[in-house]
Amino acid sequence: MRRPIHVAVIGAGIVGASIARVLSMFEDFEVDLLEREVDIGWGVSKANTGIIHAGYDDEPELYPLRAKLCVEGNKLWHKWTEELDIPIRWCGSLVLAFNNEEMKILKELYNRGVRNKVKELKIIGAEEIKTLEPNVSREAEAALWAPTAGQISPWDAVIALVENCVMNGVRLRLSTEVRGIKIEGGCVRGLETNRGFIEADFIINSSGLYADKIAEMAGLGGYRIKPRRGEYLIFDREAEPKVSRILFPTPTPISKGVVVTTTVDGNLMIGPSAQDLAEDQREERANTREGLDYVWESASKLVEKLPPKSRVIRFFAGLRPEPTGGDFIIRKYDEVFGLIDAAGMRSPGLTSAPAIAHMVLNILKSTLDADFKPKKCWNPYRRRIRRFSELTPEERSKLVKEEPRYGRIICIDKMVTEMEIIEAIRRGATTIDGVKFRTRACMGICQGSSCTHKIALIISRELKIPLWKVSIRGPGTEIGIGDVKSLFRRRKT
Amino acid sequence: MNTRECDLAIIGGGPAGLAAAIKAWNLGIKSIILLDESEILGGVLPQCIHTGFGIHYFREDLTGPEFAARLIEMLKNTGVEVLCGTYVEHLSIESGGLKRIYGYRYGEALKMDSKAVIYAAGCRERSRFEAGILGDRPAGVYTAGEAQTLMDIYGILPGSEVVIIGSGDVGLIMARRFALEGADVKAVVEIMPYPGGLTRNIVQCLEDFGIQLYLSHGVTEIRGKNRVEAVRLAMVDEKRNPIKGTEFEIKCDTVILAVGLKPRSEILARAGAYIDEATGGPIVNDWLETSIPGVFAAGNVLVVNDLVDYAAEQGEWAAESAHKFLREGGLPRVDFKRVILGRNVRLIVPQLVSCLQDTTFYGRVLKPEENVLLRFEEADCSFRLPIVRPSEMFRFRIPSEKLSRIHGDKLTVNIIGA
Amino acid sequence: MSNATRTLTFTCIICPIGCRLKILVGDSAIISIEGNRCPRGAVYAQNEINPKRTLITVIKVKGGNLPVVSVKSSEPIPKSLIPKAMEALSEITVQAPIKIGDIIIQNLLDLGVNIVATRNVEEV
Repeated sequence: MRRPIHVAVIGAGIVGASIARVLSMFEDFEVDLLEREVDIGWGVSKANTGIIHAGYDDEPELYPLRAKLCVEGNKLWHKWTEELDIPIRWCGSLVLAFNNEEMKILKELYNRGVRNKVKELKIIGAEEIKTLEPNVSREAEAALWAPTAGQISPWDAVIALVENCVMNGVRLRLSTEVRGIKIEGGCVRGLETNRGFIEADFIINSSGLYADKIAEMAGLGGYRIKPRRGEYLIFDREAEPKVSRILFPTPTPISKGVVVTTTVDGNLMIGPSAQDLAEDQREERANTREGLDYVWESASKLVEKLPPKSRVIRFFAGLRPEPTGGDFIIRKYDEVFGLIDAAGMRSPGLTSAPAIAHMVLNILKSTLDADFKPKKCWNPYRRRIRRFSELTPEERSKLVKEEPRYGRIICIDKMVTEMEIIEAIRRGATTIDGVKFRTRACMGICQGSSCTHKIALIISRELKIPLWKVSIRGPGTEIGIGDVKSLFRRRKT
Repeated sequence: MNTRECDLAIIGGGPAGLAAAIKAWNLGIKSIILLDESEILGGVLPQCIHTGFGIHYFREDLTGPEFAARLIEMLKNTGVEVLCGTYVEHLSIESGGLKRIYGYRYGEALKMDSKAVIYAAGCRERSRFEAGILGDRPAGVYTAGEAQTLMDIYGILPGSEVVIIGSGDVGLIMARRFALEGADVKAVVEIMPYPGGLTRNIVQCLEDFGIQLYLSHGVTEIRGKNRVEAVRLAMVDEKRNPIKGTEFEIKCDTVILAVGLKPRSEILARAGAYIDEATGGPIVNDWLETSIPGVFAAGNVLVVNDLVDYAAEQGEWAAESAHKFLREGGLPRVDFKRVILGRNVRLIVPQLVSCLQDTTFYGRVLKPEENVLLRFEEADCSFRLPIVRPSEMFRFRIPSEKLSRIHGDKLTVNIIGA
Repeated sequence: MSNATRTLTFTCIICPIGCRLKILVGDSAIISIEGNRCPRGAVYAQNEINPKRTLITVIKVKGGNLPVVSVKSSEPIPKSLIPKAMEALSEITVQAPIKIGDIIIQNLLDLGVNIVATRNVEEV
């Protein structure tokens, strides 16, 4: 019996988690999923538009991987969202054209989509646009209608994937930062990390914004990742008018443009802008006046009306990892055996993730010239935390009698109960944000000002840590600096 | 699901709700249920550990917790049923006018039918997002009330180098709290050209501690990777836009937001009550009845009050009205006069008057002015005021004789130079 | 004995007008008060020469349903002694149960002023 192949996947984001899931299907692999943060999906994965694209955007001659893997990924997400209980709105998308020039671009997109094998694409006129999307701008003259596009919350997807991975034997290693790659005799031996050495026969570099730096540790890569910032605005759930489809402008060469969409949880969201930053600005996620104004102006063009600015409850920004050359970098290297890059996962990285995972599997297959043995006990299914807010009054009544802690509502706006928060902690949340992304607490109108301390009390109690040490998102973000008299003690020492 | 029934449901166990419950009981309503979201009654009072509460209501200068304790003690002497730790999800009006409340508490899905409701759910704090404060989104940013809860209920210190955004009373109080516990309060930043809080608090919270107040300044950005590292401020013009060239930075690890309160009136709005854009709370008549017959409002959900004494007195007023409503099967059907916001009046409550009774009006001005008359025009009633400020609510009781002078359908309220 | 006089300016808080007062102080006596529009302002000025403030804070609790109890000084204490008072109070932990009005500290800093609980804390 051959010993298992040790695979270390760097980065528990959407791509790394997808790869780990696919590898976990086979007996041949022992998988370590490494993440330098205290929780999963906190890099590129949590701050993007969350769209499962139809696949007409990417020119196959220019970006062959993006073009191919987007359409494959789109298809796979139908199965994956069901298996993994990931909420999704398969609402379709409309690329809007406002003049003849833009209508020509629609035709190009349509043709490209057909070449990429996108199904059900159609160019429609103003009348039909209105029936699909009542809030669309009256100036829109035509649109590319892509019914196969969907809207997801990307962190829902990462969390679901990782839970399923762990269920299937993947070892999740949080707070583990890669410091070096050990190579001996032209082969990868393992990873030097802040938590010691991790043996690996293969290293999958899916480390997002730092993929080029990781590849460099092995003397490989030769590409650069540059951050591109995108800013967003979110409205409260009752702000009207919303949209029922994902609305796009006609794209520019660098970006699909500012989108107007309604999140899976029912909040209108607009964004992103597209601002190229310097290579050393890989943590620059500030919101700016220019960025938000640009998003507002651009989004206003696509709809009859946006809700008033007073209904904005949050703004945020994400960074895309733009690679040299623009296409995904999914490859192994001749110079060093065992490093596989899955890098430069800018749009449509989220959509392509399941297909990227299969492509990496195929690279391993061809490299090892082997057929891998599927695990008999592999479980494709995972159920998400039951949401009290989505149950009927009868279901809620029954649930509260069975488990009284469902009756304690902690986040008022999203109606998140104490029991859901405890469940989130059981499933790996150790911070306020960890609870937030697993339950949606703090995502309502008050943005946590009413419930952060309540969640902190629960974390403090469940994990047996002092209240002031509970953090928003890991070391350095604790909610307090000590007890209320701690500065007096500091003075004394 | 069992349905609880009562004559009067009071939503909110803060000063307005507590005062309403006590008054309603003493007036003779014997079937009363009081709901509160917290396990501890008192609303926000238990964490307002400073004095200034009850000077009118109890004729004593009490701390917030002491004021609450007085009311809670009085409530204990009644037969009002109290349901703590209760979240109200929904209020709807059933056929026949019955008010149905859906809610949840530990181990119970609650369904309640009540003949009348007093809604006293208070207000919430605006976030940095609502205030449009850009930049990074690090840890170390708290609303004033949140910081107050952490410090004065849970005994933890949020941070050591503090900048406070907003010079309303809540912000000023927290400036003092932090300074007293040894923190370095580097600045209070106020976007208007005048302070938002009472002068007494400017003196006792800022001047006493040598804390710098920047008027006509806005915070343009919060900076910080994991935790707050600095804020950037700039002077602002009359349109509240930053003036180029005036930007500077203050290093800090904590930002406290005191950027406004909003009545938590969503449940009333969803039940169909009309909301006043000016107050953010429900439109009420001089019985404090909302546009839904038998649903009354009091306290900070009705209008953000300066003094807890006003919240309590509104609670009592709502209780009196609810009592009349229950006893007479409804309040008199009248052609209400609409109260019109005239010159320099930002908001006023009640918004509709029957003119059948003495009525207390609570209001605020838009801009500070000296030597003015507050005029209730059609009632031919004026009050001379040496100074008016947006941060200081005016409160006046107008006798019914004067109100009955109104002939048309309006009562215009103006601030004019004396 | 020097004959130094100093000028103090501050805002009166007795009523909403908030007159800006200018006080000329000699060795230990007020020489003149300007800026007040009423006699109460003069009284306030005299008190502010040696201003006193009610001390409001929380004190750590052991064995209670909350970790701190809110307290106040039974009378205002000299403003200049507040830092020292806060220092002294930072070292105290009081045992639950506590009732409103309980004297936590008797005669703080020998000023004849008590520190009194303003919130109930149940034993847990």
